[in-house]
Amino acid sequence: MLLALLILLLMAGGIASGFLARVSHAACRWLALITVTIAFAIIVSVWIDEGLSMTQTDSWLRDLYIPWIPSFGIAFHLAMDGLSLLMLALTFFLGILAVLVSWKEIQYRVGFFHFNLLWVVAGITGVFLTMDLFLFYFFWEVMLIPMYFLIGIWGHENKQYAAYKFFIFTQASGLLMLLSILALYFIHGEQTGIYSFDYFSILGTTLSPETGRWLMFGFLIAFIVKLPVVPLHTWLPDAHTEAPTAGSLLLAGLLLKTGAYGLIRFVLPIFPEASASIAPVAMLLGVVGILYGAMQAYSQTDFKRLVAYTSVSHMGFIMLGVFAFNELAMQGVVMQMITHGISTGALFVIAGVLYERIHTRDILRMGGMWKKVPFMGTVAMIFVMASLGLPGLGNFVAEFMTLIGAWQANKLFTIIATAGLVFATAYSLRIMQKVFLGKNIEGHSMTDLSLREKFILVPLCVVIIWLGLFPQQVINAARPTVANSMHAKNHTAIHQEAQTNHVKYTSAFTLEKGGSHEHE
Amino acid sequence: MNMNDIMSLIPLWILSSAAILIFFSISIKRNHKVIFVITVVSLLVDFFFLTSYSIKHLQPVEPLLIIDGFGVFNIGLILLTTLVVVLISYAYFEQREERKEEYYILIILAALGAAILVISKHFASLFLGLEILSVSLYALIAYLRKRERSDEAGIKYLILAAFSSAFLLFGMALVYAATGSMEFAGIAAWITQAHEMPTIVVAGFGMMIVGVGFKLGIVPFHMWTPDVYEGSPAPVTAFIATVSKGGMVALLVRFFNTLNGYQYTTFMLVFTILAIASMFIGNILALRQNNVKRLLAYSSIAHLGYLLVAFLAGEKLGMEAVIFYLVAYFITTLGAFGILATLSDKERDAELLEDYRGLLWKRPLTAIVFSAMLLSLAGIPLTAGFVGKFYVLAAGIQTHRWLLVIILVINSVIGLYYYIKLIAIMFDQKQAARTSQELHPLVYIVSSVTMAILVLSLFWIGVNPEGMMTLIRDVVR
Repeated sequence: MLLALLILLLMAGGIASGFLARVSHAACRWLALITVTIAFAIIVSVWIDEGLSMTQTDSWLRDLYIPWIPSFGIAFHLAMDGLSLLMLALTFFLGILAVLVSWKEIQYRVGFFHFNLLWVVAGITGVFLTMDLFLFYFFWEVMLIPMYFLIGIWGHENKQYAAYKFFIFTQASGLLMLLSILALYFIHGEQTGIYSFDYFSILGTTLSPETGRWLMFGFLIAFIVKLPVVPLHTWLPDAHTEAPTAGSLLLAGLLLKTGAYGLIRFVLPIFPEASASIAPVAMLLGVVGILYGAMQAYSQTDFKRLVAYTSVSHMGFIMLGVFAFNELAMQGVVMQMITHGISTGALFVIAGVLYERIHTRDILRMGGMWKKVPFMGTVAMIFVMASLGLPGLGNFVAEFMTLIGAWQANKLFTIIATAGLVFATAYSLRIMQKVFLGKNIEGHSMTDLSLREKFILVPLCVVIIWLGLFPQQVINAARPTVANSMHAKNHTAIHQEAQTNHVKYTSAFTLEKGGSHEHE
Repeated sequence: MNMNDIMSLIPLWILSSAAILIFFSISIKRNHKVIFVITVVSLLVDFFFLTSYSIKHLQPVEPLLIIDGFGVFNIGLILLTTLVVVLISYAYFEQREERKEEYYILIILAALGAAILVISKHFASLFLGLEILSVSLYALIAYLRKRERSDEAGIKYLILAAFSSAFLLFGMALVYAATGSMEFAGIAAWITQAHEMPTIVVAGFGMMIVGVGFKLGIVPFHMWTPDVYEGSPAPVTAFIATVSKGGMVALLVRFFNTLNGYQYTTFMLVFTILAIASMFIGNILALRQNNVKRLLAYSSIAHLGYLLVAFLAGEKLGMEAVIFYLVAYFITTLGAFGILATLSDKERDAELLEDYRGLLWKRPLTAIVFSAMLLSLAGIPLTAGFVGKFYVLAAGIQTHRWLLVIILVINSVIGLYYYIKLIAIMFDQKQAARTSQELHPLVYIVSSVTMAILVLSLFWIGVNPEGMMTLIRDVVR
């Protein structure tokens, strides 16, 4: 029940704060803040409840099953394991910051903004929790529309174009995934007589290599557009650049992660053979992404666009790690999902803070800010260092683990990917150089971080350092999921107990085709 | 004709008597309100009768009609749709000075025609129903005769519809000449016996496809759609888009299933080509439209193409998908045109894209309802349109019609572009100054409640489609 409550809480909070804005803007902001904070508190309490170390074997912490559209064997099935828990903690943490960061920036249609913000978060929560493929697609789409509005209404100059591009890219790839989901559904139904969208029953489907590959492409396209992987990344720089700060924060921090999550949760377990067969190509795409993103990032002059391209580069490591097919690399990927969310999110916040003060994102027009705003400079320094992979900060752990894992799979790619770290150093230092060091050409005068801004950035610093020094808790939490994603059959076995308790498949087709023996 | 037959035809009697009653009522005194109430009450009574009596007494009325679950469901759908159109019409015609009472006679007659169409099992009743529907539509389309484009639309529809009726008649004649039967079942029996279809029958069916295709407005018989949509009063457009097309779809489904047309690859090929062409041409032509009515017209062409995908998928799931999609599409279309009607003023309908600029900030609820309808047309989750599209895709994949399914997906993406464009305009910050004339508040309440019901059912079916699916499954069985 707790899981459904989380989603309902966010949706209800969104509607309530939307209406509350008619009375008072401040009240609306506070309500939105409180809603996300409660959600965060719930997740933290679950984490504490389960024991922070989490070393038990059963990976499923919470489970909720309510039949939804029994005719099609669709259920409102939510379940949480270590990976979901981590992602949710990240989601709500960034959610809180997204509300805070918009406190001054958004002065226009405040109610509708917060409605959209909370619904994006709700949609993402659904994506990270759902264990029914239909429901997964449902949430996958639900999180798009509010995001489209966030970009399209409160974005910068070229917002309409960016919003269109974002929406159409993700929608098109999502529909291909829907086709795959439906095909899986019918194949599974014909094999077993049980027509169900449930993740755990779909997992047991045996596919011929040919079909398996086609169906996997449907899923893969949806996820690598979101991630994004290089030839399909073009929506990302536009969307990130034009979105308001909260939008960029959510995009970089969370939306990209849904793609990575999808790879780990669905592609590998459902199509183990098919994904193994494309692994070299996928890893190659990852490496290309690392280098291409880094080179593009180096040549940008728009601060947000630069950071956007660093995302492309960092997400390359995820492709590399996921398709390396070993636990170490996969652990690195999970780490990367979290640390990238934190560090890139923070860089977008800094871009937003700068933009609020000097109304430009052009780094060539900045310079010499350190003297004026030493606190901001220091914070920026930490995240720039995180982004280039300095030991002691979270990103280092993530990338290091990914690379060690990938080494076992493909030495050549790993070497090239490691070279990508050098490029990372170049573009990261360029940020510091152009923005905070050098000469203040245009003579901007500005104030240092306000209390609210410190309140946003300091926790981010703390988290990124904590992740760098004590990554073990994250690794422990994610371990069962990671291990299972590579042995899908275990996955089902582990869940069997829960399954027998509640799952009654009564689909129309079961009645029709399975005959009486299937029908209970 | 025995007592039972008369009883089972009562839904049709009620409609005809309502038309006569209104006719007399007008000759006594012209009163918009009274006529409106008579119309609404008779539609409600009819629906009530349908759900309480007819549904329990399913039987054929030899030789022309058949009252079965499918027919009753479709009549019910037609009645409710007509009811919504009438509810929207009240406010719309109240602010226009022309004689508005006869409108209700026409619309009830049109509904009668559609109702006959969906329960006919004989060429004679088919043609009768079709002509009652069409003749009423000629007048309805040109109803606001002082408007610039009304006449054009009316005459265009008149000529083309007459033309297509001629094709249909000729086709029927050819089929009759060969098979010696005008009953669907009789034709089917003859064809099964004949093993091979003679050229004359194939030609006959080919000509009938032209007639049917025209009514459905699918490519290449779609030319009238944008002009008629644009020229008609908004409620009439809603009626054409829903009842007129939906009635024809239901007839097509019945005819094709009786004949078991799925075994004839030629027909399947023809319909596949029509479906693909409709999807692509409809969506591509919609991309550059600046007129909302024309945009919706092209979008409806594409949607009929989607519907054909489900139709072609066949089997039980395909039939369910067709009906479900129709329901979702009816709700959505009514909602969209309903909003268009409420925003329209005396001179012209709110049909330009510019009329919608910044609507969200001026009339937030209206804009949100309209966005919901557009998102439903685009097939985004939470709305009925999504479940409809899901159903269609499921049906297509179950019968392995990969080509159609993939084209449908491509077209959904193309379609998305213009739906979002319209939404983006509503969310734009610049505001267009456009206010409609003030009417009695009650008039607005009628429209608002109608729209509220539509949008609620849109979300209800989108979030909890189980009830509707069960209902439809019973009907198809």
